[in-house]
Amino acid sequence: MKLLGKSLTELKTLVEKKEVSCEEIFEYFSKRVKKYNNGLNAFLTIQENEVKNTLPVAFKDNFCTKDILTTASSKVLDKYIPPYNATVVERLLNTGYFVQGKTNMDAWAHGASTETSDYGNTKNPWDHARYPGGSSGGSAAAVAAYLTPVAIGSDTGGSIRHPSSWCGVVGLKPTYGRVSRYGVIAMGSSLDCPGPMSLFVEDIALIMQAIAGKDSYDATTASIKVPNYFKSLTQPRKLRIGVPEDYFEGVDEQIKKKVDRCIDRLKKMGHEIKKVKLLSPKYAISVYTILQRAEVSSNLARYDGIRYGNDRTYFGEEAKRRIMLGTYVLSHGYYDAYYKNAQTVRTVIIEDFKRVFKDVDIVVGPNTPVTALKIGEFAKYPFFGELMDQLNEPASVAGIPALSVPVGLDKNNLPIGMQIIGNYFDEETILNAAYQIQKETDYFGVTKKNLEKYPD
Amino acid sequence: MDKYQPVIGLEIHVELKTKSKMFCQCNANYFGKEPNTQTCPVCLGLPGALPVPNKKAVEYCQMIGAALNCQLATQSKFDRKHYFYPDLPKGYQISQYDEPFCTKGQIEISEKKIGITRVHMEEDTGKLIHDVEETLIDFNRSGVPLVEIVTEPDFDNAADVKFFLEELQVIIRYLGVSDADMEKGSMRLEPNISLKLKGEKNLPKYKVEVKNINSFNFVKKAVEYEIIRQSQLLEKGKKPEQETRGFNENKGITISQRSKEYAHDYRYFPDPDIPPLEFAGEYLSKRKGKLPELPTQKMARYVKKLGLRQQDAFILTRSKTLADYFDDLCSRLRGKEQQVANTIVNKKIQTNLTVEEFIKEFNSMTRISTVTDEQMKKVVEEVIKKNAKAIKDYTSGKENVLMFLVGQVMRELKGQADAKKIREELQRRLK
Repeated sequence: MKLLGKSLTELKTLVEKKEVSCEEIFEYFSKRVKKYNNGLNAFLTIQENEVKNTLPVAFKDNFCTKDILTTASSKVLDKYIPPYNATVVERLLNTGYFVQGKTNMDAWAHGASTETSDYGNTKNPWDHARYPGGSSGGSAAAVAAYLTPVAIGSDTGGSIRHPSSWCGVVGLKPTYGRVSRYGVIAMGSSLDCPGPMSLFVEDIALIMQAIAGKDSYDATTASIKVPNYFKSLTQPRKLRIGVPEDYFEGVDEQIKKKVDRCIDRLKKMGHEIKKVKLLSPKYAISVYTILQRAEVSSNLARYDGIRYGNDRTYFGEEAKRRIMLGTYVLSHGYYDAYYKNAQTVRTVIIEDFKRVFKDVDIVVGPNTPVTALKIGEFAKYPFFGELMDQLNEPASVAGIPALSVPVGLDKNNLPIGMQIIGNYFDEETILNAAYQIQKETDYFGVTKKNLEKYPD
Repeated sequence: MDKYQPVIGLEIHVELKTKSKMFCQCNANYFGKEPNTQTCPVCLGLPGALPVPNKKAVEYCQMIGAALNCQLATQSKFDRKHYFYPDLPKGYQISQYDEPFCTKGQIEISEKKIGITRVHMEEDTGKLIHDVEETLIDFNRSGVPLVEIVTEPDFDNAADVKFFLEELQVIIRYLGVSDADMEKGSMRLEPNISLKLKGEKNLPKYKVEVKNINSFNFVKKAVEYEIIRQSQLLEKGKKPEQETRGFNENKGITISQRSKEYAHDYRYFPDPDIPPLEFAGEYLSKRKGKLPELPTQKMARYVKKLGLRQQDAFILTRSKTLADYFDDLCSRLRGKEQQVANTIVNKKIQTNLTVEEFIKEFNSMTRISTVTDEQMKKVVEEVIKKNAKAIKDYTSGKENVLMFLVGQVMRELKGQADAKKIREELQRRLK
């Protein structure tokens, strides 16, 4: 059977109907990884043996996997093999999946390019001379080139949405506290959100069903009931969709055009489009930068050279920069001016979103200001990550869910993503909207074109 | 020396005896366990691991605060306190900075009020084991719940410090929240000492903290030593240095460990892994209401209600086990409380007996002690006179009548005499 471009949901059904075996699926993806991974450098570690009767899922390398190398793409953890599984890993192992491999990322998830990885950057499947985006760049590339049906990423300030957009795949950052962070190597603890990436929205729903919900190992997870995501995909809902002008500022014209085209389609489909006023993303960037650096400096303190083999000299430039800035903003005499103020503004941003979600069900806009940049351009920008993630950081700071869907290609044939932001714990509505777009537009041919580049 | 007035404050750490550790499910009782066997990803601070606070430990901390008459916070949180040390696996300790569970308490010692600044919750660190050539780390202790109690600088002499600490230890043991055992390290003390001129209102501009003290007597010695050392320096016109000193038990002196000229920058910030905690006022008053009778309350009751001597009441209330035992005995030996207290304080009967065994022994002892032989003989004579028929029966061979006669005598003496002696006296008289 031809498996190319089948969703995980379809593969699961085929296995249940005994039309294809798990073994065949394993062999199929193994072959594809062998064929394409050398060129892409999407996977850092590949599981060689099939795990009986289960389907493959790839994990970003900052998810702890028992007995499987976990480095967060940093040489500090060069040979680190965790003795336990992250909750997300554990839950997927318990629902019929296995760890297909570990994907490349920016070291410690610091960046939007995978260039800070100590194991070489991942190439964008659309153009190997370009970045896949990041930090979950390996996961996005693996999904785009169909080396895996689903990859798990983590999003602190856009790390799922940004590479999803640049690689032309679907990626969801859930509400903070919806999916357990236990066993995910911490970056910004008040911002980190694990989430799924795939070519298809139904797979996002399928995976969310398995991983969402209260975890007794993560005190920040919510006890709010997990809805039936899969069922809510197909409900014929007419939505109130907010479009914030400030989110289009400074965005590449081609991106604006394609996002507008999608918004028009949504209007034609009968949804209500409303202009909304949200705080400019620039405030979220300041808040995000301070809080995230502070948390990074604290979270990386444990790699003090006593455990894990390699000492602090193995930290890359970006990690060192963040540790220094974070240490500074938490220092005596500066705490109030930076950290405390940032927390105050964070509350204002939260209130701003809450206000808007009284009038609309979702907010849409461009996901990134530019499409995939050429490898090497990273060095030109000292705050590259913040620039690339400026449209993603407001939702991160507020802790609300957001997803990126492909809405077209630019003149260089590079994918463009649209961001759909939802209210707290309302992943259902985001997924419903994204599924409607998928059904209606087939992502404007992006997925199809993507798969053509990577034949079996 | 009379020129100066010591200003002394205390920092006390108490390890709680909860079943599990502060932020994970590992066994909190690490004492005597094989190194690194009571650990998990959380207390080892492994990448990705997250803390989940132990409800019981928080409750215990609030109990200590309530017992020290503190205000219990309705809103609180945990903070990260950063510093590097090999026994601290995360590079920070989870502690509480500006919103501790308990604040502004006080207790009375030798008729002086000692203010309690704060009582907060944190996690213990691992333990370094220094060998000849290497240093090993045992993480069994890492993450064990630790309560820190900070007093106001309200002490002005070493004896009061010792009194206070002894009282605190008794209170904590009454609460049943910790062994508060100095030798096992479940209670640790750090006094800080400075001197000011008598009559001076402001606090001195320096303070000396003394660490590594593992008995109440050593605290007293260390404080006394510091008072002399610092007054000698001041006499020479030198300001003592702001520093941490260690106590050398063998020499009875303190030795400079590290200068604390500049305060550590711990870069405290709220731990994002633990949501802020909120407690309903009702819950907190319930917490206070559930406290057991504390030693000072018990002592007051013994003196006022049971009429015990102050000194005996003090001795009896030093240990909760002993006080509970005494309460048990009293409930069954009403009216004899002072007698029971005497018996215990003078160690006439071992308190390791069961309550029943104690009462049995107590009764037979008091019989002997309360009726003189003369009184007894007099009663025996009266009984013989009153029971002519019974005597006749006895002399004619009905030996069991003797027990009846013993009983009669005993009744007259309200059971306060020795049955064996009565029997002997009766036998002698009826020969």
